[in-house]
Amino acid sequence: MTRRLLICAAALCAGLALVSLALADERGGGTRTTAAAGSPPGAAASTGGTAATSSSGAGAVSGEGAALLAKGRVLFGASCAACHGLDARGVPGRGPNLRGVGALAADFYLQTGRMPLPVSKQQPLRTRPAFPPRQIRALVAYVASFGGPPIPSVHPGRGSLPYGEHLFALDCAGCHTVQGQGGIVTGAIAPSLNVVTQAQVAEAIRVGPYVMPRFSAAELSDGQIDSIARYIRSIQHPENRGGWGIGRIGPIPEGMVAWLLGMVALLIVARLIGERRESDPGSGAGPGPSPGPEPGSGPGLGSGSGSGSGPGLGSPSGGGGHG
Amino acid sequence: MRRRRDSFYEPLEFLDERLGAGRGVRFLMDYVFPDHWSFLLGEIALYAFVVLIATGTFLALFFKPDLGQVVYHGSDPVLRGQLMSTAYASTVKLSYNVSGGLLMRQTHHWAALVFLAAITTHLLRIVFTGAFRKPRDVNYFVGVTLLMLAILEGFAGYSLPDDLLSGMGLAIAWAVAMSLPLIGGPFATALWGGRFPGSGVFESRLYIAHVFVLPAVLAGLIAVHLAIIMVQRHSQFPGPGRKEDNVVGTPLWPAYALRSLGLFAAVAAVLVLMGGLIQINPVWLWGPYHTYLGTNGAQPDWYLGWLIGALRLMPNLEISVFGHTLVPNPFFGGALFPTVVFAVLYALPWLDRRFISRDHARHDLLQSPRENPRRSALAAAGFTAVAIVFAAGSADRLFFQFGFGYEGAIWFFRGAFLVLPVIVYVFTHRLCVELALERAHPLRGWEGAVVARDPDGGFTVLEGRADDVYASGVSSSAPRSSATDS
Amino acid sequence: MARPGGGSPAQGGGPPRRAFRLLVVVALWLSGALRRRRERRVAGPPVSDPSARHTGAPRSVERTLLAVLAAVPLACFAFAALFVLHPDTQLLGATLGVALALTAAALILAGKRLVPQETKVEERPRHGDARAVQDVLGRARAGAEGITRRRLLAGAAGAAGAGLTAAVAVPVVALGPGIDDQLAQTPWRSGRALVDESGAAILASAVLEGSFLTAFPAGADKEALGSPVVVVRVEPAALRLPPGRETWAPEGLIAYSKICTHAACAISLYRSPLSPTTQARGPALVCPCHYSTFNVLDGASVEFGPAGRPLPQLPLAIDAGGALRAAGPLSGPVAASWWGDAK
Repeated sequence: MTRRLLICAAALCAGLALVSLALADERGGGTRTTAAAGSPPGAAASTGGTAATSSSGAGAVSGEGAALLAKGRVLFGASCAACHGLDARGVPGRGPNLRGVGALAADFYLQTGRMPLPVSKQQPLRTRPAFPPRQIRALVAYVASFGGPPIPSVHPGRGSLPYGEHLFALDCAGCHTVQGQGGIVTGAIAPSLNVVTQAQVAEAIRVGPYVMPRFSAAELSDGQIDSIARYIRSIQHPENRGGWGIGRIGPIPEGMVAWLLGMVALLIVARLIGERRESDPGSGAGPGPSPGPEPGSGPGLGSGSGSGSGPGLGSPSGGGGHG
Repeated sequence: MRRRRDSFYEPLEFLDERLGAGRGVRFLMDYVFPDHWSFLLGEIALYAFVVLIATGTFLALFFKPDLGQVVYHGSDPVLRGQLMSTAYASTVKLSYNVSGGLLMRQTHHWAALVFLAAITTHLLRIVFTGAFRKPRDVNYFVGVTLLMLAILEGFAGYSLPDDLLSGMGLAIAWAVAMSLPLIGGPFATALWGGRFPGSGVFESRLYIAHVFVLPAVLAGLIAVHLAIIMVQRHSQFPGPGRKEDNVVGTPLWPAYALRSLGLFAAVAAVLVLMGGLIQINPVWLWGPYHTYLGTNGAQPDWYLGWLIGALRLMPNLEISVFGHTLVPNPFFGGALFPTVVFAVLYALPWLDRRFISRDHARHDLLQSPRENPRRSALAAAGFTAVAIVFAAGSADRLFFQFGFGYEGAIWFFRGAFLVLPVIVYVFTHRLCVELALERAHPLRGWEGAVVARDPDGGFTVLEGRADDVYASGVSSSAPRSSATDS
Repeated sequence: MARPGGGSPAQGGGPPRRAFRLLVVVALWLSGALRRRRERRVAGPPVSDPSARHTGAPRSVERTLLAVLAAVPLACFAFAALFVLHPDTQLLGATLGVALALTAAALILAGKRLVPQETKVEERPRHGDARAVQDVLGRARAGAEGITRRRLLAGAAGAAGAGLTAAVAVPVVALGPGIDDQLAQTPWRSGRALVDESGAAILASAVLEGSFLTAFPAGADKEALGSPVVVVRVEPAALRLPPGRETWAPEGLIAYSKICTHAACAISLYRSPLSPTTQARGPALVCPCHYSTFNVLDGASVEFGPAGRPLPQLPLAIDAGGALRAAGPLSGPVAASWWGDAK
């Protein structure tokens, strides 16, 4: 059984790898394959992809660029225009104007699967991207053609970890928790940052998606974003010196562990100690020397597992009925 | 004379001749412990307290209760260069650079959580079995006081390190202190040495309270608690040979002593294993506290979850007269609610005597919860109300994990706080009555026919449903065996 | 036992097969143990004298106990060695925990199986003796025999006691400063510059619509509850500020105290809807402790949550250099309310 399962899993993996290789060949670049193969959103390798798409944001009009733009227009018409309009000026009551939001915003929403949104009143939440990377590039290029900021380039290596923590505590922890594990605000969820890429960090800071505030370069400079990205990278790979991290959101899981693990373990020990061995006299599950219809043979509480039903059904000695 | 060769003889003789220790030790050795696992809940709490004292002493050697700001230059790469209080820096240092420091700190924190969990389960056992009745009402008051002080002690410890979570907790505590009627402003100002975060004196006051005053009072009350048990002897569940005027069980020496020491070692083992393997309150991850910083969904340790729940559930009522505040909002959730809960707990023996059981007699035999449906149902309803408020304290995580909108959840919990205790009361009452009847005879509810055996050997089918037959008193002896054997 | 098909019998079992067999064995043993247990329960224990003493443990118990006890010092030694050589929290906890767990197992085993098992019946001491109470009272009264001005003396003694109590309690006053109006004081005055955390002046142009910024009074203590304010920018036409505050939000720039009026946590959440189609509700400041939600547009009225009053607003002005300055003090007391404060 187990071996067969293993073989199946291996075959599945091989198949996936082949598919992703094929996709990569088609694209001519390799780095985005994992995202394409439909890996969980967490695994998306992104830095390379960012570099790849940022050139299109700059609006380099070559032959390839024009083809990309044309493809993007077609895709946009099919998947986005219902809410944002064919000309990307938005449709009142359905979706906002996308002119001027630039490659930055388009890349953020498409890479994180937040767009397209099935119901326009919903909070856009992170899911698997709806489009393969190539189509995302085309769409981003199309939206970028109306102007706006390019996809930011982030260099966490240039940032400072302590400074990043401090900025994060000041500007981000209020919603995302100081460990980036996600939180809430009345009316919306602030997502966990466990799976965001560095580019997405910068994009979200500049866009302010859904109800998140946005920050201008005067408030958070690119250098400061580098520090924040570095801090987020560090919390994505926690050291957990104390042992099992139990979510790093503080007392709620701690209380659950204290009760469900600590207290339950000790209750088991207590039951072990508190019960005499069954063959011992005077202990739980049987009538003692004074026969008679004792109310309850076990020492009460209904806890002695069998003590509720035990005496009546199980102890003929109580009533002496066999004769 | 023969025993003179015994090497224990001389030390014992030494003590006996000077202190009369022989009789005392003999009393202890013969002291009888009734066998039931639920009598060990208090012992778990006791042993967790011992672990707390041991680990806490170790921590006190390294912790510096000082809010003076320093720049951190320690081992943690995220905090290096940040401005923080000496208290926080010393906590991080003790977690990073002291051998076994983190183990001690985590064991200490887990011990605190388990200490209060054990006290709470102990309280539940006491309430549901009527162990608070005369003559144990005296000891019950001591126990409830212990619970209250243990919560205070835990909060003081949680607040000492001055990390982001503890700082936010203290801000809330200050706001609750401020909200006390009439004396709130001056009281909180005096306690903190000014408006929060105060002049720094509060940290040393908190420290003395946490490492000296409260533990000393707790230890003293625990001693009183145990002494009263010894004077009155343990209560016991009814059973064969167990009567109001005796105690049936295992004497302390040798079996019970070994088992109880075994429990001590087990408590220590569980706490040390948790302290070593499961991360708790990783303060270096929360960062230092500054009044203008906040992190989402800051929570206290579980035993204060019911207070944050109450603070969050309370509608935005604030009583004011002529433009002056009289009763600020945090008073209701942070001060009034716990006061009411503890007042009810303290009044429970009296309420039980006067209204619930209407029984003024002395009781050394415990009741099974089913034997007193009214009390069990009321207690279940009361604890349910507190549990709902407790659950409401984590409504934000419910929203995050499961998508139940926060505002809707708060309204749901407000409603549940009013409605669910009533449902629980009705349900528990019914359950207890049914269980008691089931214990009276297990075949109650059985739909088959009941036959009785005639003296001449024939069988007669008794008329009516089996339930009614038994309820009408054709009870145990004759038909029982024929029915069970079928 | 049905053999799962596929594997060749010659191989005799890789790890999965072995694990499976082990499971079966354990399951069989468990079911047997359970059945025996049930049988014992049904049969009921042999009725015997409750005060009987059972001594003499099987040799196997002693052997097990020896093995367990022998392992304890090993684990303790491992703990000590690790403590000195490699104080890793997990290894330390595991070794010490195992040592304690083994000790617990040994003690429990010894307590339940090794030492004599007996049940004792002890008579419970009866408390409550009316004659003793009477006797005590009588003796106590006798102690006051022959005193004529009993009441007066008792009163005087009471006064002395009360005085002493008060004298002992007086040092409590040393705990804190007196009651003054410092609870209502903040560093904000008209003309005071707003600076960010690093002390740099804040230019009005730096604050975008949809953005939020924590600001402090220039030169003041940042930790004081009256200091931090949140600056946000909204569409000026959307503002519905209370009367008298028309000029407090130039260009739609608006500042509120950052400290929650409910329980003094820092208001570090800004719900700032990007598009009205996805989020119909307007911008709000939210406290992370109890989720009090303050509507930014109408003077921080409480939209949801327990806070009892709005956040105090700081009137803003933009100076000639385009930097933000306070145009007056905060509109009300900051942080938590108290009995008697002026709203």
